[in-house]
Amino acid sequence: MLIFAALICQAVLVGIAGFAVCTAAARWANGIVYSATAVACLTGLGIALTCLLGQTQPALALPIGIPWVGMHFRIDALAAVFLAVVNLGGAAASIFAVGYGRHEQFPQRVLPFVPAFLAAMNLVVLADDAFTFLLSWEGMSLLSWALVVSHDRTAENLRAGLIYMAMAGFGTLALLTAFAVLTGSGGDFTFAAIRAHGVSPALSGVVLWLALMGAGSKAGIFPLHAWLPLAHPAAPGHVSALMSGVMTKVAVYGFVRIVFDLMGPVDWTLSIAVIAVGAVTALLGVLYALMQHDLKRLLAYHTVENIGIIFVGLGMALAFRSSGLAAAAALAFTAALFHVFNHSLFKSLLFFGSGAIQNATGERDMDRLGGLIRVMPQTAVAFLIGAAAISALPPLNGFASEWMIFQAAFLSAGLPQWGLRLMIPAAAAVLALSAALAAACFVKAFGITFLGRARSEAASSAKETDKASRFAMFALAAGCGVAGIAPGLYTNLLRPAVQMLTQAAMPFATLPAPLAPVAASHNTYNGLVIALCVVAAMLIVAIGMKVFANRRTRRSDTWDCGHPEANVHAQYTAGSFAQPIRRVYASIVFRAREAVHMPPPCDLAAARIETSLNDPAWILLYAPVGRAISVVSGRLNPFQHLTIRYYLGIVFVTLVVLLTVLAIWP
Amino acid sequence: MGPLDIAHFLAGFVVLLSFSLLYQDRLPPLINTFAAQSLVLALSVAWQAQTQHAPHLLITAGIELGFKTVLIPLVLYWTIRNLKIHRTVEIVVGVGPTIIAGIALVGLSAGLMLRAAAGVGGLAHQDMAFALSVVLLGMLMMVTRRNAVSQVIGFMSIENGLVLAATGARGMPFVVETCVAFSVLVALIVIGIFLFRIRERFDSVDLALIDSFRGERS
Repeated sequence: MLIFAALICQAVLVGIAGFAVCTAAARWANGIVYSATAVACLTGLGIALTCLLGQTQPALALPIGIPWVGMHFRIDALAAVFLAVVNLGGAAASIFAVGYGRHEQFPQRVLPFVPAFLAAMNLVVLADDAFTFLLSWEGMSLLSWALVVSHDRTAENLRAGLIYMAMAGFGTLALLTAFAVLTGSGGDFTFAAIRAHGVSPALSGVVLWLALMGAGSKAGIFPLHAWLPLAHPAAPGHVSALMSGVMTKVAVYGFVRIVFDLMGPVDWTLSIAVIAVGAVTALLGVLYALMQHDLKRLLAYHTVENIGIIFVGLGMALAFRSSGLAAAAALAFTAALFHVFNHSLFKSLLFFGSGAIQNATGERDMDRLGGLIRVMPQTAVAFLIGAAAISALPPLNGFASEWMIFQAAFLSAGLPQWGLRLMIPAAAAVLALSAALAAACFVKAFGITFLGRARSEAASSAKETDKASRFAMFALAAGCGVAGIAPGLYTNLLRPAVQMLTQAAMPFATLPAPLAPVAASHNTYNGLVIALCVVAAMLIVAIGMKVFANRRTRRSDTWDCGHPEANVHAQYTAGSFAQPIRRVYASIVFRAREAVHMPPPCDLAAARIETSLNDPAWILLYAPVGRAISVVSGRLNPFQHLTIRYYLGIVFVTLVVLLTVLAIWP
Repeated sequence: MGPLDIAHFLAGFVVLLSFSLLYQDRLPPLINTFAAQSLVLALSVAWQAQTQHAPHLLITAGIELGFKTVLIPLVLYWTIRNLKIHRTVEIVVGVGPTIIAGIALVGLSAGLMLRAAAGVGGLAHQDMAFALSVVLLGMLMMVTRRNAVSQVIGFMSIENGLVLAATGARGMPFVVETCVAFSVLVALIVIGIFLFRIRERFDSVDLALIDSFRGERS
């Protein structure tokens, strides 16, 4: 019954998309379409929570799709967790878009695709056979592509769409191959059959790498992330939030489904790959982000970083599970799933904020913003909460899940393999570094965008965003706070999924008591106490400033009102803020170079400082691959212009050669 | 002679007529030979219907007889008369080498089917070998002949091979055979229209002229 209701929800979403196709040009369509989408998503969320709380696993096979194969759907505990993430993000984005979408220049290019995109993501999660999974996955890719190129007037967006298309095709190919290996020659595509069939140890490495490439290219792991910082910012604000906050989670779901569920036991050596890829992705993601001055692109690179954190958690869970440390595996897996949920909350919130800023000012470049806290105070508060959450500051949710990942890393001492005993603490150190860099990055993002003085006319004359958008942002901000203060609420919900895949679960958390990842005798985290401490500390500082700071006599020049330099360009910029970090970290990895151009004497032109960055993924991977493809296609080009008789001849010769091989094959 | 011997005699005769198709260098005898091949094929199918007690094969034989032995040759005759085309076949590879290549292909299919269908009961693998030979020889004809009409006949003769395979292997659904037969009929119509269009534009059905029109070769 529940699964039927869930599928009805998806049918309703597709119906809304059809309605939007007919009415998108009308002014009133925006509110109706997004409200209806929000209602459908909230219903889906309710279904997911009912499944999680009631611990039911409804399944259904529909006689559609391939004849005699049909399509199978099921909501098991893992699917329910991700169903909740997708629908919560979808509902928030829809509510945000009720206000945001009114400013859309071409609503007919956005409106129909959003509900259909949500339905496709839901169907990926609901799928219980490889065919349905891949079909929905490809639908998700294509619909999000349509949204990426919805504003195709700029060459940048078109390029983003092209690269996204290529990478999505590559990812689906990898997943298709993975499922082909998993299915074997049996020809039964249902997940139950694949699970029963298992995969030989020799092939499990192949499947894991294929899953890592296929799901990872969608999630944005290094070096397959290249499309992500181009495509996510190109879409409208609420779609960016959906792609970054939700679609990358569906990709994580694909990886978890294949590697944790369908493959069965996995050798510990394979977990090294997952942990290493995750750690590298996390560090490089945040370093990329630090170098950006486009607000949405900065956020997109932070998605890369957080996906890295999630994959480190998943890799640790794999390592613990293969060595039989069920409790540790449960902790690492819970932490990864919790971070999936948390990241979807604060990344959606931050993208909403950037969308609101873009609507208000028409700018994404931080160096043309500034001082927005005075004109958009509520957006500023919500954005600040999201920034604190993604920087893993207590008592917010980012801290809770990252803290749990570190707790799991501490348990690596119990592993029998010395390689992993060395590697997991190293990966944890990398995560700590990237968390610190992320905090620096969001000091930059918030400071340059909201504080100081406006750097452009558009920024100084901006207006606060509309009510629906603010409601969506504050709802997500409240979610960040609740998940940080009472993480036990969420880890309890995750228990069935964790139990299903790691054969253990974290201890059941009772609410007022602190969260104990392993046992009450070990490290514990009490969000409430920390929240009270933080509030108390803030009050003390505020009162102290009020009492003591104002007594001091300040001296300044006459008439300058405390601003010693009148030019707004004398403020810190995004580039200058990042300069110290760029010099320390990026000079090797990104080959960052700075050059100062002084004007010749007697020339009144300004001195210029130029910085250049080189993306290692492009230089070392994409550029050579691109050159190889162009060389090969250049060689094959003559084959496009043969006569029909030559084509027949090629077919004939190939057939004869194949038959000959078949005839003399031993 | 037992029933299998007669089946093999007829199937072998179809292969022999395929060689004969390769040998012809003028269009009317080519069409005649094709009609003869289709007739023998119809007989072969009818014989299979008798021995396998499969009455639906009689319908297949009827389709063969009606369409391929009578209708299609008549249409082709009508076409070459209306087109007033040169009645010689433009040949790319000489007849001698083509025949030798054809013999090699028959040897290949016999060797292949001896291995591939070794487990199948009776003499099914020989039926399959004959059918594969007819298919390969039809393709050889399409590759080595430049005249458009002879390419049409090569295509039809490939289809003859498919029918031979379908009737030799028991259990091929009837619906598949009828579908193939109708697809061939549709192909004839489409190709016929194209022939007229080509002739209108180039005053010939020699495909080499189309190549030069595309600016590829002189």
